[in-house]
Amino acid sequence: MTLAEKILAIHSGRDSVRPGDMVMARVDMVLGTDVTVPLSVEVFRQMGAGKVFDTEKIALVNDHFVPAKDVKAATLSKIMREFAREQGVEHYFEVGRSGICHSLLPDKGLVRPGELVVGADSHTCTYGALGAFATGIGSTDMACAWALGELWFRVPESLKVVVEGNFQPRVGPKDLILSVINRLGVDGALYQAIEFTGGAISRMRMDGRFTVCNMAIEAGAKTGLIAPDEVTMGYVDQISPPTPPCNNRGGKGGRPPLGPTLLRSGGDLSSDPDAVYSQVLEVDVSDLEPQVAEPYLPSNGRPVCEVEGVRMDQVVIGSCTNGRLDDFRAAADVMGDRPVHPDVRLIIIPATPGIIRAMLEEHLVERFIKAGAVLSPPTCGPCIGGHMGVLAEGEIGLFTTNRNFRGRNGHPDSKVYLSGPEVAAASAVAGRITDPRGF
Amino acid sequence: MEGEILRGRVFKYGDSIDTDVIIPARYCTSYHPEELAPHCLEDLDATFAGRVKPGDIIVAGHNFGCGSSRENAPIAIRGAGVSCVIARSFARIFYRNSINIGLPILIAPDAVDGIEDGDEIEVDPTTGTIRNLTRDGSWQAAPFPPEVQEIIQAGGLVGYVRKKLSS
Ligand code: SF4
Repeated sequence: MTLAEKILAIHSGRDSVRPGDMVMARVDMVLGTDVTVPLSVEVFRQMGAGKVFDTEKIALVNDHFVPAKDVKAATLSKIMREFAREQGVEHYFEVGRSGICHSLLPDKGLVRPGELVVGADSHTCTYGALGAFATGIGSTDMACAWALGELWFRVPESLKVVVEGNFQPRVGPKDLILSVINRLGVDGALYQAIEFTGGAISRMRMDGRFTVCNMAIEAGAKTGLIAPDEVTMGYVDQISPPTPPCNNRGGKGGRPPLGPTLLRSGGDLSSDPDAVYSQVLEVDVSDLEPQVAEPYLPSNGRPVCEVEGVRMDQVVIGSCTNGRLDDFRAAADVMGDRPVHPDVRLIIIPATPGIIRAMLEEHLVERFIKAGAVLSPPTCGPCIGGHMGVLAEGEIGLFTTNRNFRGRNGHPDSKVYLSGPEVAAASAVAGRITDPRGF
Repeated sequence: MEGEILRGRVFKYGDSIDTDVIIPARYCTSYHPEELAPHCLEDLDATFAGRVKPGDIIVAGHNFGCGSSRENAPIAIRGAGVSCVIARSFARIFYRNSINIGLPILIAPDAVDGIEDGDEIEVDPTTGTIRNLTRDGSWQAAPFPPEVQEIIQAGGLVGYVRKKLSS
């Protein structure tokens, strides 16, 4: 079996599963946000469910429209807050202690290798970077998961992407995933699990792995996964000191040790040598150029040289794709002491309060502000055209986010190019799309 | 819903119709059909909401509903009066959401080839039979797996969970 199949098998109490099987599986964590929770609350009531299945296995995160952008957004958060109180949900994250869900949950130790995680947000696949099976669902599904603690899944085929070679300086995980999505197309991995493996993945730090798995959905995939290794374990240990093996849920703030269900049953967290894949894609990153995805599809990635010179009005470095510490380090490194171009607005959005603290310690906040950037509180904001940097008619943006569909980031006639933090930083300084190598 | 034959005029669109054009995030501070429906597909076809009549049917290419997990998308479509969506393929979260809220969706690539914008068609969501009333043609959509049928028969996931909780 593949890693994805193993995780689904163990969570549905079977010895093995095959692609195409329908299984009812127990979930370890159910994520909801201010956009998706209120509808789920309504549906939860319609279902006649009184109590959630487990108050410690639900995370409710304020991130999309917070701090509340208007009365409607404030109402969404209010409904979520009241539900959290009523149900005694342990992992409710209030503004100031909250961040973009897909950075926050791993950083809080709420997702572990080998777990089955669902989230009413399409980029829930991000947690596959920890070797979890994590996938997006809708609000009605979430209400069902709250009520029953289990959901139907179709076991997906797995598609393997083998990544070898060493990145050139100022080329990184985002460039890799943009080029992979370009090769697969927006539905090239529809309903499938993408497993990333190979030397370049082993050498990649966690921040980069999150970036890669985050965008699996942009090729239509159900999830993206990386089998846990020393890098994964190092991250998890540092985030949440390992608790002694236990058979309870570990009480407040604590969670069971790594990959509890798989490890307890003697399973391991990697694909078997005879695992079956629908397709194997080989990628060598040694000559990979910085990538930019043109409007209006994330699969429109091409080498930066083909779009160099395009002028833009706004650059955003942030989101669940590229709003982590390594991203801001990379951007600051490219910018050096140079100021933001006079015609450009550079918006920096650290994904969590923890990332802001780390940026303060490394004087990154100071550097960005000196350069003329604006620092936003942790929020999805401009990534979904919510607030904090919405584009006007005809404006052009260069964002490190994951989607550039028409109208997503503002006016339907605005345009967004997608890139990694290095291209974004060089372009913010130059005022037009620029190759960060040798910048 | 069961046994009901759907009949309506076709609005035909292309591949990868994403959830951002189905219902832009700027309207997603609401999840009520009556507030979402007037903005349904507005960034793709600004005339849609004004022209669509109850019972009309959307026919589209590959990967319909790709992007966000927002259930506001199928809610907006249903709220606009659309009785059914037929496509070559659907993005998976949109597929789940539609089944869960009871919006009939059918995978039928041949039918997509044989149906033009503005055609009048008839759909039996139970059997998956699609008939073109404007020009000749009848097609059979891929059947739903038994587990999905169980949810559809319970009237969507709400009915399904109610049943489970009371058993
Ligand atoms: S940052 Fe953007 S893609 Fe990520 S969860 Fe928020 S809105 Fe979605």
